[in-house]
Amino acid sequence: MIRALAFLCALALPAGAEEIVADMSQDRIAISTDFDGSEILIFGAIKREEPQPDASQMAILVTVAGPREDVTVRRKERRFGIWVNTDAVDVSGAPSFYAVASTIPLSRALTPEEDERWRITAPRAILAPGMATMSRDDPAFLDALIRVRTDSRNYAIADDSVTLRDATLFSTEIDLPSDLTEGNYDTRIFLTRDGMVVDSYATSIFVQKVGLERWIYTLAHEQPLIYSFLSLFIAISAGWGASAVFRYIRS
Amino acid sequence: MQIYLPIAEVSVNVFLLLGLGGVIGILSGMFGVGGGFLLTPLLFMIGIPPAVAVATGANQTVASSFSGVLAHLKRRTVDLRMGTVLLIGGMVGAALGVQVFNLLRAVGQVDLLVNLCYVVFLGGIGALMFVESLNAIRKARRKGPAPRTVRRQRGWVHAMPLKMKFRTSGLFISVIPPALVGMLTGVLAAIMGVGGGFITVPAMIYLLGMPTKVVIGTSLFQIIFVTGFATILHATTNYTVDMVLAVMLLVGGVIGAQIGTRIGTRLKAEQLRILLAIMVLAVCGKLALDLLLRPEELYSIAVGSET
Repeated sequence: MIRALAFLCALALPAGAEEIVADMSQDRIAISTDFDGSEILIFGAIKREEPQPDASQMAILVTVAGPREDVTVRRKERRFGIWVNTDAVDVSGAPSFYAVASTIPLSRALTPEEDERWRITAPRAILAPGMATMSRDDPAFLDALIRVRTDSRNYAIADDSVTLRDATLFSTEIDLPSDLTEGNYDTRIFLTRDGMVVDSYATSIFVQKVGLERWIYTLAHEQPLIYSFLSLFIAISAGWGASAVFRYIRS
Repeated sequence: MQIYLPIAEVSVNVFLLLGLGGVIGILSGMFGVGGGFLLTPLLFMIGIPPAVAVATGANQTVASSFSGVLAHLKRRTVDLRMGTVLLIGGMVGAALGVQVFNLLRAVGQVDLLVNLCYVVFLGGIGALMFVESLNAIRKARRKGPAPRTVRRQRGWVHAMPLKMKFRTSGLFISVIPPALVGMLTGVLAAIMGVGGGFITVPAMIYLLGMPTKVVIGTSLFQIIFVTGFATILHATTNYTVDMVLAVMLLVGGVIGAQIGTRIGTRLKAEQLRILLAIMVLAVCGKLALDLLLRPEELYSIAVGSET
């Protein structure tokens, strides 16, 4: 019976079944007072039961997606001689951070059908059905969202940034900028052959403000009145303190 | 050394913030201005989100004005009654200003509004100051006797109802003009994150006819309350007051103000004013160019869709 099952499993798996084994340098990021972005090392190996099929082209893809949030993309136009915001498109549920790294250019590493299914390239990852919607379907605004966020290092699409050794060991570094949104960062690793996904691995990185940062942020959002009085108290005592100290120095 | 600002959610160099606070402090010490009108645009330039810059700027102004008003209270150069009328107007103005600010934030025009306010007010005040101080320097060079300026009769201010006696200022006028002046400052405090001293001071001297010696103290007195009120409104409706940012700017500002006072005593009044005018015009010019020139990136992203 067991033997029969094992035989069935072996049949179900494609020839030369390969499996991703992966880990990362940290799965928890604490935003403290001296936080200035972070670098995460994601590494792993391909586990094989038999020698790898040599004819097909293999690729490793790593994606990291931040918590989804609603954003408004606005376009400036010239009105009355000055540049003002005119058109706007709401994108509900766009990831606050998105990074894709791969061993070879994405266009070769993935067929469009597989991309559609797994939502790997940035435009597809942003507009995953059931997760994100655009108030108006205008590709110019989606392109702009990706471009602006790439410039600010919130989105990163980097071909060739995954290093692969002996078709087995892989590693990549994902740069997280300092303006991270708190929450879970879904991390996925894909192994493809001839553009087809053979295996995938998913985990997540948890980002959270800690210590003083956590305390100030929570107070500002949950007790805004107390927070504002505290801010004023600090300001007034600093003003009073300064004048007292310098009066003392002068006399 | 970087520091992470919990509300602005960006990481900024500590020394940049201390230096910025210091420069603003030097200016406020030299020229006797709050410096908010320079601080807020400079914060925009180093990448602080505009809403946070405006709200934190208001909080910062509370500190510098409080420090100043203490000195004036000791010299008895604060007209508390006039200050109270101004500040009642100011509160109404600040509440209005925050409403306008939130409305425009929702439709994505807040940057435009803040920038336009800055260009109009900085441009106007800067140009006036520049011309006035150039004339003063020219007159000083000629060494001729300065022609006596004849003060216009402010009949319409005296004709209004609801008159009140302001003993410290030696005035018996209607409360409507000071309340309106206060309201304008309140709106500016909420929208621009400034104390508005550069509006109230000339208005009190030329419009209300208050004696110059009580003007600065009274203006500072009103500014504390108006910017304090604006801080509370911004903190409770937008959650945009960044305490860490404010403290960093305060530390630099307090030290800078003392250095500025020393430099200020070594320069002539006209030279000081012309320097201030040039600086105000430079900031105005930079902001105007941003509005007039085609931006490199036409698209912008705001988190949170409110439309």
